[in-house]
Amino acid sequence: MSSTIVTPVNSQAAAPHQAKRNSAVLAARQADRASRSGIWVGLFAITMSFAAFSSALFVREGTMDWTHLVLPSVLYLNTLILLASSATLEVARRPMTASSPLAPHDARRARAWVSLTLLLGLAFCVGQLAAWRDLRAQGVYLATNPNSSFFYLLTFIHALHVFAGLAALVYLAGRLTAGHSVLRRTLFENMAIYWHFMAVLWVYLFLLCRMRL
Amino acid sequence: MGKLLAVVLVIIALASAYPIVTNMFELPKDISTHGHAIDEQIKDTMLEAGISFVGAQLVLAFLVWSFAGRKEGSALKNFPGGAKIMVIGAFVLVGTEILALGVMGQKAWANVYFTSPAPGALQVQAQAEQFAFYFRYAGPDGQFGTIHPDKIDEGNQNYFGLDPANDVAARDDIVSGELVVPVNREVQLLMHAKDVGHSFYVRELRIQQDFVPGLDLSLHFTATQIGKYEIVCTQLCGLGHYNMKAYLNVMSQEDYDKWQKEQSTQ
Amino acid sequence: MAESSVEKAHVHAPPEGFIRKYVFSLNHKVIGKQYYGLALAAVFTGMFLSWLMRIHLVWPMLKIPGLELLTKAGAPGGIITPEYYLSLMTMHGTLMVFFVLTNAPFAAFGNYFLPIQIGAEDMAFPRFNMMSFWTTFVAWLVLMLAFFIPDGPPISGWTSYAPLSAVGRDAGPGMEYGMSLWGISIALFCIGSLLGALNFIATTLDLRAKGMTLMRMPLSTWAWFITSCIALLAFAVLLPACILLILDRHAGTSFFIPAGLVVSDRVQPHAGGSPLLWQHLFWFFGHPEVYIAILPSMGIISHVLVNSLRKPLLSHRVVIYSMMSIGFLSYMVWGHHMFLSGMNPTSALAFSFPTLTITIPATVLTLIWLGSLYGARIQINSASLFSLGFISMFVAGGVSGFFLAQPSIDIYLHATYFVVGHFHMVMGVASLFGVFAGTYFWFPKMTGRMMDETLGKLHFWITFVGTYCIFMPFHYLGLVGNVRRYQSFVDDFMAPYMGWHKFITICALITGAGQLIFLYNLIYSRFRGKPAPENPWNATSLEWTIPSPPPWNNFGGKHPVVYHDPYQYGVKGSKGDFVMQDSPEQVIASGD
Repeated sequence: MSSTIVTPVNSQAAAPHQAKRNSAVLAARQADRASRSGIWVGLFAITMSFAAFSSALFVREGTMDWTHLVLPSVLYLNTLILLASSATLEVARRPMTASSPLAPHDARRARAWVSLTLLLGLAFCVGQLAAWRDLRAQGVYLATNPNSSFFYLLTFIHALHVFAGLAALVYLAGRLTAGHSVLRRTLFENMAIYWHFMAVLWVYLFLLCRMRL
Repeated sequence: MGKLLAVVLVIIALASAYPIVTNMFELPKDISTHGHAIDEQIKDTMLEAGISFVGAQLVLAFLVWSFAGRKEGSALKNFPGGAKIMVIGAFVLVGTEILALGVMGQKAWANVYFTSPAPGALQVQAQAEQFAFYFRYAGPDGQFGTIHPDKIDEGNQNYFGLDPANDVAARDDIVSGELVVPVNREVQLLMHAKDVGHSFYVRELRIQQDFVPGLDLSLHFTATQIGKYEIVCTQLCGLGHYNMKAYLNVMSQEDYDKWQKEQSTQ
Repeated sequence: MAESSVEKAHVHAPPEGFIRKYVFSLNHKVIGKQYYGLALAAVFTGMFLSWLMRIHLVWPMLKIPGLELLTKAGAPGGIITPEYYLSLMTMHGTLMVFFVLTNAPFAAFGNYFLPIQIGAEDMAFPRFNMMSFWTTFVAWLVLMLAFFIPDGPPISGWTSYAPLSAVGRDAGPGMEYGMSLWGISIALFCIGSLLGALNFIATTLDLRAKGMTLMRMPLSTWAWFITSCIALLAFAVLLPACILLILDRHAGTSFFIPAGLVVSDRVQPHAGGSPLLWQHLFWFFGHPEVYIAILPSMGIISHVLVNSLRKPLLSHRVVIYSMMSIGFLSYMVWGHHMFLSGMNPTSALAFSFPTLTITIPATVLTLIWLGSLYGARIQINSASLFSLGFISMFVAGGVSGFFLAQPSIDIYLHATYFVVGHFHMVMGVASLFGVFAGTYFWFPKMTGRMMDETLGKLHFWITFVGTYCIFMPFHYLGLVGNVRRYQSFVDDFMAPYMGWHKFITICALITGAGQLIFLYNLIYSRFRGKPAPENPWNATSLEWTIPSPPPWNNFGGKHPVVYHDPYQYGVKGSKGDFVMQDSPEQVIASGD
């Protein structure tokens, strides 16, 4: 049987006020770490889903009715816009130090860059709509051929996720107004991770469509 | 109550083994050339599975009998060897099992799937649809006519959508609701699904294969005994799935030739 | 000041008002109980459906009173039609696999006890948690709606193979709206499960109390953690599959439907799709799903068993590594559901090998459980009976896997009752035993009252003997070639075996009735059970250090500190032959 000797707890208890503060700081740190894990885990699931869609594409392209889809040229512009929005978000985020209250000047600056990111994100979505309209004008719809099916499917699902990101950006911009003096750096970082992932995912999807559709 | 559990475990183990040991549920007779290997695999696996199952239940029963309801102060013991021996035991036991079963079983699988049909095999096309099997023979010209899905007409018994008017090869095709084959002659079944997924299963032939819409699959077998055997559908295909069956009619070569001639004149 | 705002961000006030406390609650314990309640509703519905199926198989002309009111088309005059049998079967499978076996051992008990067992106040994302339950609940409502529409539920089985499930109305009754409801329900279920898995993972990684290292987590927590990793990847693949199916059905795409199909005399306007693609996507989810069903139960019964042994298991780490291996291997075997599907026969052999290999960690676990019984002082109660029963059932269900893992044998046994016997024993019985063990063990903690032991033991005996009587014969019937998913056996082939089918049906009805004892016990004990102490089982993990039932924030605002491994039994503790995880006392051998 085991006979582990256990070090007894440090009998010098902290002062009550200090203990309460310690526990609150501990809770905050745990919450930060959890939200970071949450983002990565969520992105992992999203990756898995797009892997499933990709494998469906690879299986499907082996069949006889696979044709060729000419991608609307606005997609190139959309790609640049999305990448630019990642850059603007980084410009907003970088100067932020630890979770300290933001000076009004810094908050305004960050908010401006976040708003620009938001605008660029919206422009991306509008650009995707334009791409779909372009295809529809050529008579290419969701069910026209397998290539178009995958194109509409992949771009739509991606756009849905970008839309969720836009909602988060609105929330972020809201937190940077004068009323809220504190913004946890973690929140900003998590937002950035998600947004950059959307851009990386888009580059992958765009290349996939370009090379295989 | 621990002792009761032990007793019940023993009864259950023995009662479960009883029907197997006394051959109460025998496999249907094997009428194929490749089935023997499969039956041997099943026997070998049954031995291993049976020993594992009965053994585990008896060991569990013994341990529960010995160690349940012990008095408060009784000594606690640890299994000699601890976890290490269990891990080694598992690897060795299961390792040999995998090697034995897996490697040996490969041959039975290969017999069915990695061999090509002999050049002179009788080709029969099988079509599965909701809720019947139809079989097509190429007829004297040895060629199958083309299938036209839009020409399929159940009412006129044009199950395969043949166009004899314009398609010469289709004119002498024989369509039958029964799979008639000569004994001891290799048959190649060309499988085609008309609507949804189905499956072809003849227990005595030890053959089972899905019909997959859009895929041209083929199966080959040799039936070794004359008789009528059920072909049943084993892939859920809709409300008539339970009733979707046909018959494999294995005849002597003479009877088969006679049957072919009869069908051709119709 | 930063300090006060940090505090402000994390001080939770207890919820006020009925809706906030019991309906749209953010509290993991309420959400756990909500999942459990949903699973209860689903399991009794599913069980009732199985009664109808079994009755129909042996007494097809029996009039079921009241059934005609539910479905005029499906059961005119109370007599079940062939197609309605398939609807019952589809709903039975869907309810049981998704809404019972994923909900009860994993979402219900996991939500309730994972935070407590690691010393946390709640899950990492309480709002996501609430959303995950309500999404699952809506999914269930959508599914149940299929019973009430005129055309009835779908008839394509819980596996919904394309093209039967994809072509729509032409495929048969229930395949129009019923099938669409199924697709939407399962898609919603995926989303709910993904949110849940996310929560479990983040919580386990980041909200552990001081001293609670990963290796000090109880086995139930480990099982929930591993399961949530599996679930994250599995449901992330099923969701796209459902989306593609919905598109094929409603948007005219052809992911799964090839060209030239003639269904119900109509040439289907699709081309180029692959039915095998559905099977690959579905089973890539489907196989890990069955491990999602069994792993939490393995963790629960290990947790209960070690408590009943009054000594630790032979090795805590080996159990964890075995569960991890099972989780990992579960992703490599999905093709064993497709040996005869027309896929490359070499792949069949490739899938067969890892399938046989899973036997190794499963055997390790079984040997560890058995070996730990040696020299123990086994306490017999309802919970431990179900844990011991689990071991028996897991072996019984597992060994039939030896047959099915080999493609050559699968040629003969595929789609027979042998397969049905196999998965019912491992999922329908063994996994359920884990839920029962967990219920009897944790009910006192959740409600502050003890369940009735006599009724519990009676429930065990009826269930243990009854399920053997029901499902063992399935294997024998499979051996003679009894095909599955048939609403009746119209061939002379099966005529000699109808006596066995009658025997099975009678046992199923009796065993099912026995479950009402469990339900009664649950309800009665909730209100009239003996008051439960804080630690009725003299157990060691953190859930037993808090009141029964726990306060809304579990540890009363304190942060527990953990000093020990989770299963210090058989030692000289200050409270008896055990030392609790948060006790600062030293662990001294009991000197045997």
